[in-house]
Amino acid sequence: MTRTFLGMPATAPKGVGQLRGAEPFPAAARRALADAQLRRNLGHATATIRAKSGAVIGEVPDWEQLRAAGSAIKADVLARLPELLEQLEAQVTAAGGVVHWAADANEANAIVVDLVRATGSDRVIKVKSMATQEIGLNEAFESAGIVPVETDLAELIVQLGDDRPSHILVPAIHRNRAEIREIFLRAMPGVDPALTDEPAVLAAAARRFLRQAFLSTPVAVSGANFAVAETGTLAVVESEGNGRMCLTLPETLITVMGVEKVVPAWRDLDVFLQLLPRASTGERMNPYTSMWTGVTPGDGPQEFHLVLLDNGRSAVLADEVGRQALHCIRCSACLNVCPVYERTGGHAYGSVYPGPIGAVLSPQLTGVADNASLPYASSLCGACYDACPVKINIPELLVHLRDQAPHPPGESAVMAAAAYAMDHPALFAAAQRATRLRRLTGRRGQALPPPLSGWTAGRDLPDPPTQTFRQWWASR
Amino acid sequence: MTAREVILARLRAALDTAAPLPVEVPRDYRRDGPADLDRLVDRLTDYRAHVHQVAEAEVADTIAGIVPAAASIVVPPGLPPAWLPPTVTVLPDDDLDNARIAAADAVVTAAAVAIADTGTVVLDGSSDQGRRVLSLLPDLHICVVHTAQVVATVPAALARLTPRRPLTWISGPSATSDIELTRVEGVHGPRTLHVILLP
Repeated sequence: MTRTFLGMPATAPKGVGQLRGAEPFPAAARRALADAQLRRNLGHATATIRAKSGAVIGEVPDWEQLRAAGSAIKADVLARLPELLEQLEAQVTAAGGVVHWAADANEANAIVVDLVRATGSDRVIKVKSMATQEIGLNEAFESAGIVPVETDLAELIVQLGDDRPSHILVPAIHRNRAEIREIFLRAMPGVDPALTDEPAVLAAAARRFLRQAFLSTPVAVSGANFAVAETGTLAVVESEGNGRMCLTLPETLITVMGVEKVVPAWRDLDVFLQLLPRASTGERMNPYTSMWTGVTPGDGPQEFHLVLLDNGRSAVLADEVGRQALHCIRCSACLNVCPVYERTGGHAYGSVYPGPIGAVLSPQLTGVADNASLPYASSLCGACYDACPVKINIPELLVHLRDQAPHPPGESAVMAAAAYAMDHPALFAAAQRATRLRRLTGRRGQALPPPLSGWTAGRDLPDPPTQTFRQWWASR
Repeated sequence: MTAREVILARLRAALDTAAPLPVEVPRDYRRDGPADLDRLVDRLTDYRAHVHQVAEAEVADTIAGIVPAAASIVVPPGLPPAWLPPTVTVLPDDDLDNARIAAADAVVTAAAVAIADTGTVVLDGSSDQGRRVLSLLPDLHICVVHTAQVVATVPAALARLTPRRPLTWISGPSATSDIELTRVEGVHGPRTLHVILLP
């Protein structure tokens, strides 16, 4: 491998992490659509969160100014990413932290596993983090004989249920209260057998179960919502207090963040701390936000490691159109408004990043060939663009990526034939007459024969008009 | 080549292939406004915090009305002693271990800033607020805020805060919406939050 090659933008490696599904979206979606319980759970949850979010966004008179500022800050971050990361590294180091760089998932997992081993602990408590799911950190821990304990309630439900997360913000959105009670009764050690399915009772069971882990585990792993280059400050937003526990109680804290999470200045939090909670949980402010800069003597972890992760982000950055997917602040507003996500749920997307943002981010992180069906997992209705607090033009990205996805071999032949016919008036008129034959075939004629049947697998062929424009013109 | 060099080279190469234009960030959003106490109370209450508007001389009586008699209360070193009722057992934080903090009935702290728009109090680890763990493990948190500490907006709060300090932004008690998007107050952090608002 040459030095030049090493330094070129690279996609995320295969065989590690959770960015690639086992099957294409249409196959996975078909199975999800057949699950009536799943569709009820999703419909209820997404409608609830849309209403909450809409109400608190309506309270903010300058929401559009905040969106514009958020979008511009993120564009500025990408334009200056290398220098901002160097500045962040210098500030974190000056404040007593240690910065590590991981070119891909394998490197990141190895760094974190080694850091945990160095503490001597065989257990680690975790704050919900998309980056660590992306790289498959829990699997790496298990291979190394380290037990990862997910402390976010939804992540705990997913972990105890031996399940996969299906939403960025509410990973157990596909489970209802009765199913969660079943999972706790089956898999939570020491749970009260008289557990009811009241959400408050289920939350109290998780509180009791995790308290001891919080107080006795010497090392935690978190993600980061924001990292301020100017000050070296990291920020984690959360609701339950499990984040505060992990960020405060252990002796060692390891934070894994994608390189795009850096923001230039302290005042940039003006914008994101307003956009994120209202767009994601539909709250004016999430219950808890923790900010820390390196190590504070006498308060919280006395050893802090920050792992900066590429894992395909440099490849996304190299695409002039596609790079706006790196603006994402993981609020999941686009999932909640998407008519496709609302019906299929998150598992159908294969990657840890589901929904509209997943359909544009996952294929870019892996290379489009490895997630070729995802750019088509959309009706291009545009609701995601309207909902995005940092104005990512997801429909534009979907079309851009469809261009790059491998096309069926017959497609170019059909297009060439169509172009030839349109170039020859007599042939075109004959073709138009031929379409009228289909009027005689009735409903069966609404599908095309192979090799064109793929086009009509999910849609009816439109009825041809009784008269073409040319015929009408000739008869005037 | 170290991973650091690899990543920085990759990012620079990515930007070289299609160099972005310099970006001007529009900052015409609201920076500040009148600090509306009624709004703060409304927002705190909406997220299930209990609010008491009293004079400073009444803080001890107010706390006595919140906690059970003979309650054990964790207290950061710089908290004004006059705020504490004589009926309680005070546990000053002289490096208390986590088990003792967790076993206490309540914690009383001051605050650094409060935000009216969002119903948020921010602690910054000053001596009247203490280490982060103090306000985390007890099940009841009583937070005393002066009117002069109340600002209207998130940008105004950030402008008053010092990034180098460990900051905890608190908006209501600990909560989750992870089960069917139903909000449940009280998971791992304090399940009850009282805010005492002084003139």
